[in-house]
Amino acid sequence: MSKYTIGLLVRNRYGVLSRVSSMFSRRGFNIDSLTVGETADSSISRMTITLSGNSHDRDQIIKQLAKLHEVIKVKDMSDGEVVSRELVIIKVRADREARQEILNAANVFRAKVVDYSPHSMMLEITGTGDKINALVEILKDYGLLEIARTGIVAVERGGNDRD
Amino acid sequence: MQMTGAQIVIETLIEQGTEVVFGYPGGTVNDIYDQLYQNKDRIRHILCSHEQGGTHAADGYSRASGKTGVMIATSGPGATNTVTGVATAYMDSIPLVVLTGNVSISVMGQDNFQEVDIMGTTMGIVKHSYRVEKVEELADTIREAFYLAREGRPGPVLIDIPKDVQTAKCEFTQAGVIPYEPAARCSEEEIDAAVKLMEESRRPIIYVGGGAIYAGAEESILKLAQLLDAPISTSLMGVDAVPADTEGYLGMSGMHGHYASTKAISEADLYVAVGARFSDRSVGNKEKYASRARIVHIDVDPAEINKNIDSDVDLIGDANEVLKRIIAKVKGSRKPEWKAEIARMKEYEKKREPYFEGPLTPYGIIDAVCERVPEDTPVVTDVGEHQMWVAQRYRFRRPRTFLTSGGFGTMGFGMGAANGAATATGKRSILFTGDGSFAMNMMELGTAVTENIPVTVIVFNNGTLGMVRELQKFFVNEHYFATTTNRKTDFAALAEAFGAKGFKAATPEEFSEALEGALAAEGPSLIECMISPDELVYPMVPPNKSVDEIMLQEERS
Repeated sequence: MSKYTIGLLVRNRYGVLSRVSSMFSRRGFNIDSLTVGETADSSISRMTITLSGNSHDRDQIIKQLAKLHEVIKVKDMSDGEVVSRELVIIKVRADREARQEILNAANVFRAKVVDYSPHSMMLEITGTGDKINALVEILKDYGLLEIARTGIVAVERGGNDRD
Repeated sequence: MQMTGAQIVIETLIEQGTEVVFGYPGGTVNDIYDQLYQNKDRIRHILCSHEQGGTHAADGYSRASGKTGVMIATSGPGATNTVTGVATAYMDSIPLVVLTGNVSISVMGQDNFQEVDIMGTTMGIVKHSYRVEKVEELADTIREAFYLAREGRPGPVLIDIPKDVQTAKCEFTQAGVIPYEPAARCSEEEIDAAVKLMEESRRPIIYVGGGAIYAGAEESILKLAQLLDAPISTSLMGVDAVPADTEGYLGMSGMHGHYASTKAISEADLYVAVGARFSDRSVGNKEKYASRARIVHIDVDPAEINKNIDSDVDLIGDANEVLKRIIAKVKGSRKPEWKAEIARMKEYEKKREPYFEGPLTPYGIIDAVCERVPEDTPVVTDVGEHQMWVAQRYRFRRPRTFLTSGGFGTMGFGMGAANGAATATGKRSILFTGDGSFAMNMMELGTAVTENIPVTVIVFNNGTLGMVRELQKFFVNEHYFATTTNRKTDFAALAEAFGAKGFKAATPEEFSEALEGALAAEGPSLIECMISPDELVYPMVPPNKSVDEIMLQEERS
């Protein structure tokens, strides 16, 4: 099983998100994360989908997505010149004794403290999956209270992605 | 010119070449029906008995003619009744445009009377779907739907039109049909690679699916088969792609296919698939399927390449265009040894040909019909044993004359589809059905009577749900359950009750006489054929098995 990131440009029409996600469930493919938002052109949205599977699944998914009328472009963004990021907000238990250690960890990972209370702390971190997972692992020891992930967004470097 | 949405619907349908629509009226399509009333000289409406049957009729209309079928249904139950018909068309890649009414956008989502999210309901079984939100977008949406339905790999397209869009007005300007030019997208190198495999092959086979029929590839297939000296095997959907009397034609392969057709695939060194998608029923065991062959896969849908079976060379594009490019390049050669081997397979097949016990047998009925009706007769089936018998036995002579629900296996498909086929061709269509399948949508016989559609229904009545009963016999220790119908339905009398001509036959003599009467009838007719519940469909390759485990009938003692 490998992890894949697939980027899509879709027409911003009624039901398009549902159509894309319904293709995945109908064909028995699993989505790890899906993000969607408008591009510079409001009639077009970008979707970034991450999934686990083998290369046969990935090929099928790309071809089946390409068949959808509202999909303008589909691209495997797993390798190559791609910038990908995820934003995560983590609320962690932070008593007096733990506070300094958590701040140190946040510094190392360049996470921002966005809220602070007598017994908890909220961190915001952006990055790739590996970096975020590493921080989450460390914070587990203190007690994770809540975690919210946006899912990955990805864009190719240089040029114009729509070419 | 200013028009209402409902007017635009009818004007655009006519503009797109629609001559006939199948439908059923209701609250949210009343405005469209008023326009059908006002335009009844320009477009024919056929009132079905149930929206499922109507959708199958639009499907049959399309299968028989190649034109796009059109169905109109009201919101709610009208729309959901089309679902099985839409899925049937989707699985067999049939171009349909299905128009559904819906409640007004202004009140949508409030669970109004007969409101349903039909777009959401059908999301996984349409090629594309639309909800029209503004009357200004209506005409272009319908035009695009007609284009999408037949472009590339055809399929059903659904358009949901809320009531307030039908009553709103806007400017309408006539436009034309969006042109679609079938093309071979594959590169010259890919063609060369396929040609090389073909020239190297000593034991080639051509395997033909439904896509070959949609591409109109009959002549090209025959030419390639001649050049390569290759036999032709087919899927269920490709049975009528080339005439059955073609030299080297082996007929259907797969689960209930002919022995030689299935066996030749496993012995071939080159397998050229034309517009076929390797369904489980055709393939059986994937690992053992065509395992000695290099595979050339020709298909218009890139997603079919390597989906079920991996190919050595894939050629994406319209099957006929691709074949023409191959034929222009490939050097032919004779293969006497391969042909002799095929001949031995056929000899064995002949020796083990299925036989039947009853006085009136399935093959006997099929042969009698095949000999008696013109060769351009649309022959429709439902789903079950009778369907396999017809696919095995009927000698089709022209493409688009065999209409069957292959992918979805929809019992109840036949009666509607037979109405559609006869409407499209102006010819009397023949429906072979079983007592199980026919009971699912038999009220469409009433439609045929009212609309004066010439259809002859041949019911194979064995009092059982035979195909499932066979599965119980072979795979569930003969635990026959819920497969003996034991109904007292008198189908011949039922036909009379619908206003059609009813006949009954229990012997070949009675059948011949009944057939003459049924074909001579003014309108629809039906022959109820009493056959034994013990007739089985042979051969059978059990699911997920290979031809090595093919079950043939015991030799006649």
